[in-house]
Amino acid sequence: MKRYSAFAIAREALRHHSGWDRAWASPEPKKKYDAIIIGAGGHGLATAYYLGKNHGIRNVAILEKGWLGGGNTGRNTTIIRSNYLQDPSAAIYEKSRSLYEDLSQDLNYNVMFSPRGVMMLAQTQHEIRGYKRTAHANALQGVATEFIGPEKVKELCPIINIDGPRYPVLGALWQPRGGTARHDAVAWGYARACSDMGMHVIQKCEVTGIRRDGGKVVGVDTTRGAIDCDKLGIVVAGHSGVLADMAGFRLPVESLCLQALVSEPIKPCMDVVVMANTVHGYMSQSDKGEMVIGGGTDGFNNYTQRGSFHHIEETVRALIETFPMISRLKMLRQWGGIVDMTGDRSPILSKTPVEGIFLNCGWGTGGFKAIPGSGWGFAELMATGHSALCAEFSLDRFRAGRFIDESVAAGVAH
Amino acid sequence: MLILQCPCCGVMADETELAAGGEAHLKRFGPGSSDDDFESYLFNRVNPKGVHFERWRHAYGCGKWFHAARCTATLEVFGTYSAQVTEPPQEIRDKISARRPGWRWREFG
Ligand SMILES: Cc1cc2nc3c(=O)[nH]c(=O)nc-3n(C[C@H](O)[C@H](O)[C@H](O)COP(=O)(O)OP(=O)(O)OC[C@H]3O[C@@H](n4cnc5c(N)ncnc54)[C@H](O)[C@@H]3O)c2cc1C
Ligand SMILES: [Zn+2]
Repeated sequence: MKRYSAFAIAREALRHHSGWDRAWASPEPKKKYDAIIIGAGGHGLATAYYLGKNHGIRNVAILEKGWLGGGNTGRNTTIIRSNYLQDPSAAIYEKSRSLYEDLSQDLNYNVMFSPRGVMMLAQTQHEIRGYKRTAHANALQGVATEFIGPEKVKELCPIINIDGPRYPVLGALWQPRGGTARHDAVAWGYARACSDMGMHVIQKCEVTGIRRDGGKVVGVDTTRGAIDCDKLGIVVAGHSGVLADMAGFRLPVESLCLQALVSEPIKPCMDVVVMANTVHGYMSQSDKGEMVIGGGTDGFNNYTQRGSFHHIEETVRALIETFPMISRLKMLRQWGGIVDMTGDRSPILSKTPVEGIFLNCGWGTGGFKAIPGSGWGFAELMATGHSALCAEFSLDRFRAGRFIDESVAAGVAH
Repeated sequence: MLILQCPCCGVMADETELAAGGEAHLKRFGPGSSDDDFESYLFNRVNPKGVHFERWRHAYGCGKWFHAARCTATLEVFGTYSAQVTEPPQEIRDKISARRPGWRWREFG
């Protein structure tokens, strides 16, 4: 692989850009791999990358039914933060956030990580108490956050109306090193690095069956033929239930549609991410100038990536009170992604009832921020059978009543 | 917009008028049951991509609970039926078999 650098740009400028390689190869599937990862979203690709980089396992294929990052990874609103309440969450999300800090250098691919700061508005007394509690918990966990007052909120984000009639802004939980990154670039950067290590990233290859022999996985059936493997990672977000069904078990997961929308591009007006969890809406401004807006999930099981219009209406209605200046903004595009929701709103990173099959899912509405950390921990779990980052997120926590309850900590958990 | 007909009052109701109640035809396991049964009743769900049976409530209408048979991949509605049954009635099964030939029926209860 040729490295990207300022020098490379200068060199190519002098020879009509004829020397750029394809970023990743498109090989034919082999008969057998040491490990197969199903799903080339961020989590699947990051898992493969750290399997190779940290554990030297490079005979790996990543199978994707559509295109690279075409699932939730390419559909999310890219908020990165680690201000969670419970210790296991803070550990994995902060590991992830800190990996994002130098991911561009590590991958030699600009993922446009922008630690512009994330604030979660407190608009009720209950939220003030909740976020102060989270700030205290974060202090103990070594995650840099603080509870700030309404004047500071206004100073950091002048377009906010802090004395709205229904929900005045009473303060905020502020994480200065939270922010955003370019979602496609995260998938592309990992894919390029995996391909460079000799791994096979195979697109348009849907897994249609999981072959087992005596309680152990031996391979998968795909739309491009049968492929054998010793270890299998299922990393398919909203489709986890479908893959679990192929492997013969059920999951504590339901698939729902989550929507987002962007406006026409406007001049820079907001250089932080603002989340308003009570009214169910959040907003940031992309580098292109579009206002990126998201809200809550639709209420029923759904595999269509569309969503119902009245949810968009609710989100926008709520945000207009807090950001009156967006009331005349035209919206350009709306879309949906199928999110994998668990009861405690925490992910599952776990062995499964089938030997050799590992499961990474349940990131629901908030897993973009977790891609590097999840890949790091899950690769360790797949390679060695144990990972301290993943241990608490095992599938048996539901049976044991050992929930990692983040649903009370954050109403909208992106 | 999902539209379901409430079998109790007959109204064609928009989803904004309804509250989703999750997977239908779960068999309840309580104290004294095995850990496996209890775990599976409380947490594990079919979550299918395709034919699904759900509980719904006509929350902003007559207030009654009912059942719906739907396809989660296309949002096609096969029909709604009484809440007082433990499995889909024959008429609903026939509709699904006609619309989804070869669909693998699962056990209920
Ligand atoms: C609208 C929206 C906004 C969001 N906002 C945020 C946010 O601001 N911050 C944040 O942290 N998170 C956010 N999220 C959540 C985040 O997008 C996801 O948690 C994360 O991207 C999940 O990544 P993944 O790799 O697990 O799944 P995906 O990116 O969905 O990848 C799974 C892949 O598996 C493939 N697949 C499925 N079945 C098969 C099969 N049978 N064979 C082969 N391949 C298969 C799919 O095609 C898909 O590409 C948001 C999500 C949505 C939908
Ligand atoms: Zn009714």
